[in-house]
Amino acid sequence: MSDVVERTLSVLPGLLGQHDPGAGLGSGGPGRASATSRLGSLIRSITALTSKHEEEKLIQQELTSLKAAVSAPTTTLRLMKECMVRLIYCEMLGYESSFGYIHAIKLAQQGNLLEKRVGYLAVSLFLHENHELLLLLVNTVVKDLQSTNLVEVCMALTIVSQIFPREMIPAVLPLIEDKLQHSKEIIRRKAVQALYKFYLIAPNQVQHIHDKFRKALCDRDAGVMAASLHIYLQMIKESSSGYKDLTGSFVAILKQVVGGKLPIDFNYHSVPAPWLQIQLLRILRLLGKDDPRTSELMYEVLDESLRRAEINHNITYAILSECVQTIYTIYPNSELLEKAAKCIGKFVLSPKINLKYLGLKALTYVIHQDPNLALQHQMTIIECLDHPDPIVKRETLELLYRITNGQNVIVIVQKMLDYLKESKEEYAIINLVGKIAELAEKYAPNNEWFIQTMNAVFSVGGDLVHTDIPNNFLRLLAEGFDDGKEDDKLRVYAVKSYLALLEEDDALYPQKFLQVMSWVLGEYSSLVTDVDPEVILTKLHSLLRKTFVTSETKVWIMATVTKIASRTSCSKAVDEIIQEFSNSLDTCMRQYAFELKNLCKDKELMKNLLPFDASCSDMVVDASLSFLDGFVAEGLGRGAAPYKPHHQRQEEKLSQEKALNFEPYRLSFASSVSSSGITGRQSPTGLSVGSDTSVNSAETGHKETSTLKLEGVRKLWGKEGYLPKKESKEGKEKEPQTASCSTLSTGQVGDPPALRFDQVASISEEDKEKQQLASTLFIGLGSNAGVSLMGKAETATQKFKRRSKINEIQHSEEVSDFRNSAAADFGPLLDTRPINMEDSEGSLHTRLRKASLSSSDIVEDNLAFEMPQSLRKSGLEERLSENRLSQSSLFADSNIEIFQPSPSAQCESASKTPLIPSLPEELEELTHSEIVQLCQSDALALYLCKVWTDDSLLLTVFVSNKTTAVLNAVNLVFEEAEHFQILESPSYQFPAIEAESVERCQKYVWMDKICTQGVLSGSVNYQLEMETRLDFSVTLSLMDFIRPMQMTTEDFGKLWLSLSNDVKQNIKMSSSQDTLSAALNTLQQKLKLHIVDVIGNEGILACQLLPSVPCLLHCRTHSRMLALWFRSPCSALPDSLLYQCQKVMEES
Amino acid sequence: MINAILVFNNHGKPRLVRFYQHLAEEAQQQIIRDTFHLVLKRDEHICNFLECGSLLGGSDYKLIYRHYATLYFVFCVDSSESELGILDLIQVFVETLDKCFENVCELDLIFHMDKVHHILQEMVIGGMVLETNMNEIVAQVEAQSKLEKAEGGLSAAPSRAVSAVKNINLPEIPRNINIGDINIKVPNLSQFM
Repeated sequence: MSDVVERTLSVLPGLLGQHDPGAGLGSGGPGRASATSRLGSLIRSITALTSKHEEEKLIQQELTSLKAAVSAPTTTLRLMKECMVRLIYCEMLGYESSFGYIHAIKLAQQGNLLEKRVGYLAVSLFLHENHELLLLLVNTVVKDLQSTNLVEVCMALTIVSQIFPREMIPAVLPLIEDKLQHSKEIIRRKAVQALYKFYLIAPNQVQHIHDKFRKALCDRDAGVMAASLHIYLQMIKESSSGYKDLTGSFVAILKQVVGGKLPIDFNYHSVPAPWLQIQLLRILRLLGKDDPRTSELMYEVLDESLRRAEINHNITYAILSECVQTIYTIYPNSELLEKAAKCIGKFVLSPKINLKYLGLKALTYVIHQDPNLALQHQMTIIECLDHPDPIVKRETLELLYRITNGQNVIVIVQKMLDYLKESKEEYAIINLVGKIAELAEKYAPNNEWFIQTMNAVFSVGGDLVHTDIPNNFLRLLAEGFDDGKEDDKLRVYAVKSYLALLEEDDALYPQKFLQVMSWVLGEYSSLVTDVDPEVILTKLHSLLRKTFVTSETKVWIMATVTKIASRTSCSKAVDEIIQEFSNSLDTCMRQYAFELKNLCKDKELMKNLLPFDASCSDMVVDASLSFLDGFVAEGLGRGAAPYKPHHQRQEEKLSQEKALNFEPYRLSFASSVSSSGITGRQSPTGLSVGSDTSVNSAETGHKETSTLKLEGVRKLWGKEGYLPKKESKEGKEKEPQTASCSTLSTGQVGDPPALRFDQVASISEEDKEKQQLASTLFIGLGSNAGVSLMGKAETATQKFKRRSKINEIQHSEEVSDFRNSAAADFGPLLDTRPINMEDSEGSLHTRLRKASLSSSDIVEDNLAFEMPQSLRKSGLEERLSENRLSQSSLFADSNIEIFQPSPSAQCESASKTPLIPSLPEELEELTHSEIVQLCQSDALALYLCKVWTDDSLLLTVFVSNKTTAVLNAVNLVFEEAEHFQILESPSYQFPAIEAESVERCQKYVWMDKICTQGVLSGSVNYQLEMETRLDFSVTLSLMDFIRPMQMTTEDFGKLWLSLSNDVKQNIKMSSSQDTLSAALNTLQQKLKLHIVDVIGNEGILACQLLPSVPCLLHCRTHSRMLALWFRSPCSALPDSLLYQCQKVMEES
Repeated sequence: MINAILVFNNHGKPRLVRFYQHLAEEAQQQIIRDTFHLVLKRDEHICNFLECGSLLGGSDYKLIYRHYATLYFVFCVDSSESELGILDLIQVFVETLDKCFENVCELDLIFHMDKVHHILQEMVIGGMVLETNMNEIVAQVEAQSKLEKAEGGLSAAPSRAVSAVKNINLPEIPRNINIGDINIKVPNLSQFM
């Protein structure tokens, strides 16, 4: 404690002594005077202490006396209140005082206003949501809520919005709802806050009062309205689609706030209600995201906010920063973007460090939209790199990480490594190391740099690095790229650099680094011809002796020794190692030494077992061990017992333990032992030795699989899995190679900053350095970097110019290719109804069909892709003419109704939405939703159809190419969603989408975390003149994942008893379905519940949440009420289903 | 939301601790200690934001702090709060304390822990900012102290005792958090004016 305070405290007791009598008289109780001085003396004695130990002793003493005081029946409530304050003090210092909890509740229950207040405070500080004592508080809260005293009501509302047991919400909910109409503003405000709390802990219980939230939003008092924004922010965060209609209201509110229409009370430093503005801007941001129509509504008010926030005060900057973020999040408006960019400039250039930090953050946020903005501020960014504040530095690196490309990767990674060397924070290290590894892998300009960077990563990151990093690195080395020579160069370089590193005798390397080194040496050291393997072996041997090497690493090294030994004829070092570890205390090492020893006896076998560079080729293993059949037969012939698997033996052993064994012991394996000399190992049964050997022989080639935990490599051995990975790496690696050649030329000639600063006459040395750094850092940012630096305005609008250009092209295409697009319209149409004509048309049309249709197989797509374009077009036209001829027969089919406009109307619609996808037959039979359009751009349109299969939700996404060119490499990626899980991979790549055709991709989705409604978003990337990204989102509801569950009444009964989570609720039945059967039918039809049985006025239903979470429902009718009783192993499911039931029953 | 509000002095002694999510006693103390060490390391003239990494479970959390003479006010918030907004919220909190205690100092926080908690409760409930209007908060608190007097001057004694300490004109009495004159006495604030 500070000296000053200490000195003050030392005079305190005297003062307290002097003044206490007077105070005592006033309050009229001797008890209270003593209590006060007790708190004083406690604090004083604590400050006098010098060690933590003494403090502990003192507090324990204090707690003991407090314990006695609170439990004594003579203690008055007033004294109890003092005790509570002391308890709070002790708890704050970290000493548990659970004995007082119950007394805190009692105090809240029994005390007068003041004591009650302290009681409630203590409860809110001591207890947590799930504390069992909290239930005892419910009655008090209910009583206080009904009190006529406003202060009591206030206190009750305060405690409810802090902690309240979830299951008791129904007890107070009606009372709190009433308070929303209270005449006092403060009560309404706190009631809204309490409802917000309920919404957080049990959203389904307040579903029905959403109307009241709206009322609160329109409350005449701004405070109540502000409180309701918390709820809306939360709800909109979860699903923005349901609240789009409120955008106008939020905009209107913000307009009024910004315009200063609120009472002057709300001003803070003459800024009108800044926190309210911030909250509103955040809400608008969520609403306007990816939604041009909603965004349009807010442009004006955002502009005004930017304009008004001009007073130079901290809080206006807070508003500005929110404003900027909102502008960049919602659907872009060029004018606003320009202003926002200027604003970011203000932040970045500010001398105030807080603002600079936020400016950097904002830059990081917008950099993918507007890379040129970073160019404008490059000098500031460089200054921030050397900023004394590590937080600012880290943020700068984060920004650089986002703008890294093949040309500036070297400088940026160097900066990151510099930071790493200074940093000591574990969290920062892990984070940064991952980023460096990622960048190195993506943009490495050459082998040397890549290996050296990875070396730095491993040695600086130490054992903190995520296991993925070494695994990915090794995988990269092992799989290589297309060019075999280049691969070998990389490997040779790696080997050489590791050998050099191991040269230093007393260097301490992290374990993970050593493991990487040893694996690489083992696999590829033979590529290096000028180094004697004996030298490597000696080095490894010395490593094995080091104490800092863990036993796990030693096993890696041992495996390396084995691999190298297989390629040398005879080696002294190997012999030494064998000798040394044959009697090692570490059994694992000992086993390896023995294995090595035996393998060394047969070099040929060893070579076959450990083939060179085969870590990613599949090994053929005869898992049935058929080659041992003869051996087994022989053994059986000699009277050996048949082999029993381990678990069977175990079972038998267990069963034998229970009862006496009356059977005589059998002679089983005596004779077969002699034949098991193959490995020289003794084994309990001859037969199992046989199988052991074979397993061993299969494994020695890759011993690591069982013991070494070589995760990265082990995965390669599976038949699937590594191929796609390889592909993506090839793509990545091609990039840096081309990029690296251009580094030099662009760096000197075409670099804009250099040009600009050349004009400045006098440049200090330091500045020169910075410029150089800038030119290396910001190279390759934005295609027209030179222009952007000179004219700032250009940058923000650029995007739009391009957009309109595409529009024009599209337009002209629409006119000229009119006939063509009309033809394309027939594609899918024909495909849905394969007609008899098709057979005669031959293979050309089958191919055509596949190209234009959402057909099934990628392999077949490739066929279509190879087809020359002219051929395809003529085919299409041919098809079209044939089509016209056969139209009557075609349209006679009833299924085709949707596509049946008159020929002229057809042409018209074709020019607007040329391609309408449809489901293939096999899916058409399943229940499915209508095909809806998700989003579209000039080039393509996305459609979605939900297919509810029995075991999952099948999302079928159609991508239709509206252009007349083939779209290559269209990539569809679903973002990871909190609530949903996409089986298999979340992305899908269409190799090519033919002009004016539709492709289809299917994803199976499960619900991971239960929610009533969630959004799965994703994007489509495609390359057309420039890389374009199209975002979309799909709203999935719980009902998409609910399936009926078939079961018998008995099964239901059994399951019912075994489930623990239950929820009960009575709901009113409307007149249209007042019988049980009507209600059950509604549930069956609308919610896909399966009716198991109906007995009298009771019914039981069952359903399951995919993949297999059951939920049981028991319904009973009595006097126009339907009593629902849910049970499920998952606690959230009944709640959500109940909500759905309520909704369905209300609707019908 | 705000996850925790911590006030401790230059020596790391906690003066006000309020967590809005449940944590074990041990974890709470650990967080107080770690936060103190993180904040103590920082100079006066670098930014008031800190990423605390794994301290409170995830990179999403930030520490926003202000240093007033002998006391550090630290708010731990998640990404849904505006940094600068919270920074000024701290200012509002301290100014409110100053109004309620008339020249607040560290001693007030020690001896009137309950009152400080009540003031805080008017501003932040369950981790959400409820009220930022200083006059409103002071009015609420004042209404409650009137209540105190009506109930027979219950806690008049300690407050009188402390105000006696304050007024006795001892030279060593710290008038630490003197916000009456913001521009001069509160060092951090000058950055933003």
